[in-house]
Amino acid sequence: MTATITYRDALRDALREALQRDARVLLMGEDVGKYGGSYAVSKGLLDEFGPERIRDTPLSELGFVGAGIGAALGGLRPIVEIMTVNFSLLALDQLVNTAAALRHMSGGQFHVPLVVRMATGAGRQLAAQHSHSFEGWFAHVPGLRVLAPASLQDARGMLWPALEDPDPVIIFEHAQLYNLSGQLEEAGSVDLTHARTARSGRDLTLITFGRMLPRTMEAAQALAAEGIEAEVIDLRVLRPLDDTTIMRSLARTRRAIIVEEAWRSGGFAAEVSARILEQAFFELDAPVQRVCGAEVPIPYARQLEEAALPSVARIVAAARALIGQQSA
Amino acid sequence: MTPVGIYPVPFTAAEARALVHGMLRIRRFEEAAAELYGLGKIRGFLHLYIGEEAVAVGVLRALRAEDNVVATYREHGHALVRGITARAIMAEMFGRTGGCCRGRGGSMHLFDAATRFYGGNAIVGGGLPLAVGLALADQMLGVRRVTACFFGEGAMAEGAFHESLNLAALWKLPVLFCCENNGYAMGTALERSESQTDLCAKAASYRVPVRSVDGMDVVAVRAAAVAAAAAVREGGGPQFVEFKTYRFRAHSMFDPELYRPKEEVELWKQRGPLHTFTDRLKAQGLFTEADFETLELEVKKEVEDAIGYAEASPPESVEDLYRDVCTPTASA
Repeated sequence: MTATITYRDALRDALREALQRDARVLLMGEDVGKYGGSYAVSKGLLDEFGPERIRDTPLSELGFVGAGIGAALGGLRPIVEIMTVNFSLLALDQLVNTAAALRHMSGGQFHVPLVVRMATGAGRQLAAQHSHSFEGWFAHVPGLRVLAPASLQDARGMLWPALEDPDPVIIFEHAQLYNLSGQLEEAGSVDLTHARTARSGRDLTLITFGRMLPRTMEAAQALAAEGIEAEVIDLRVLRPLDDTTIMRSLARTRRAIIVEEAWRSGGFAAEVSARILEQAFFELDAPVQRVCGAEVPIPYARQLEEAALPSVARIVAAARALIGQQSA
Repeated sequence: MTPVGIYPVPFTAAEARALVHGMLRIRRFEEAAAELYGLGKIRGFLHLYIGEEAVAVGVLRALRAEDNVVATYREHGHALVRGITARAIMAEMFGRTGGCCRGRGGSMHLFDAATRFYGGNAIVGGGLPLAVGLALADQMLGVRRVTACFFGEGAMAEGAFHESLNLAALWKLPVLFCCENNGYAMGTALERSESQTDLCAKAASYRVPVRSVDGMDVVAVRAAAVAAAAAVREGGGPQFVEFKTYRFRAHSMFDPELYRPKEEVELWKQRGPLHTFTDRLKAQGLFTEADFETLELEVKKEVEDAIGYAEASPPESVEDLYRDVCTPTASA
């Protein structure tokens, strides 16, 4: 019998397993120790593994992310937690100019086996400095692997293979998924290369990742009630992007909507859209559509924040409109 | 062993010769690089270290093979003295496969795993967190090793400096912070860019032991580095040393040097680390003009050989453009 588990529990179990399996693994970041993690992911781990390996840091994102890179170079397998996605901008220099570039810049002499985890996304009324989605920015950078676990399976199974990757891996945990609960079928490692078909359907393909997955699944349910069968793809791995799964789906459904929480202009959805146009243009029966976040710094007030995010209703409406378009 | 008595640390005539040799190698190598830049053989940015040679030579002579070195984009000298061959450095600047980074890095990004040389970092202050992390790994893995981290006084205005000093002091990490204070952050003088110009006071505010020495005096540099490295190695946490030095050449090959008077440059040149040291050695009868000529010849051969090697080294095929972006074993 499988027990009910939350996304947060799954992440914690993955951390515990990594710390048990490999003495070189340590977790460092702001309030990961005594406080238990700002989203309580690392709660209890300090008692189990001690302050050396569950290491509280000062408020120095640039410093401790850079130190994580150095520690990785020096033979450790650090997991660096950044409290929230907006704070990662303070460490962007080290992530882009050093972690991502070092292997190439050194002619392959050095590599950076670093894992960075951070909470991402809106939905908690935390306003314009704690709520954004910058996954696409990181996915722009060669040398990084970018993961967006949206399922319990991925929350549990992505960390260990990420630690085994000799190059830097960024894991985006959506703050609204921490309380997601369900049955975890298997506690094993998952692959870090493929997108996953979360729901099969014949009429159109909804492509998404992160917290937009449950919303998109909900939209697909609503569409099914109207007789529209949507296929849903959970991208999971934003870099390198699994084009094959997307194109294979489109060869059958011939219609695509990309659902992304982040801003539309220059966003990750634009990249997915461009790849579809490059690789599957002649398979399409209708233009690729995007349902994205409103182009506004995320506001505090609940109704405004909610209005800034793709809703089930907007996804459903976009799907209906797309199905309504006849092929030539 | 002939002890050189008047200096604060006892060292031999052989060591004195090694110090001269190190500084001369950097000087002649970089003079050649500047000429090759003029000929278009080297492109991109080229930041010369000429005038500051005593710092790299004095500090690196105080380190051991197992220590780590993190440097800046003005690092040809450090790379040479650390043991990356003149061939590999020159070929790197030529952008060839024989370069230490196969032509991926160029002048600003020299790396070498064999000598534990971690760059070649061209974001000012960017190397400091890296050094902190390397030292953290050593501390946690129980390896007794010093990580020497070079940076300029300009880096001390960066947040990375403050975050790194705090972390290193807080966790008592074995880092030797080496500030090469050449007075100018590119073209901006220290007093025009930092409210506190006493650099030791800045470092000391993190409760890191500090010292400041004449960076034009290779013996003083070496003595300070020996003492500071020993303290770090004994597990006492980080140390900070300011080396007061001066860059004789422009910031880079694009710099018209409008920001400093020629007289100032000339005054500092009179204190040049190479000739002042050899003059002192000669005055004491420890070194002769013939010794110097021998070294000159040796260095000339080394530099010519490096240039020949670089010229002959094949360029990387553009088919290998994507090489070393990700580790091949990682599915990418």
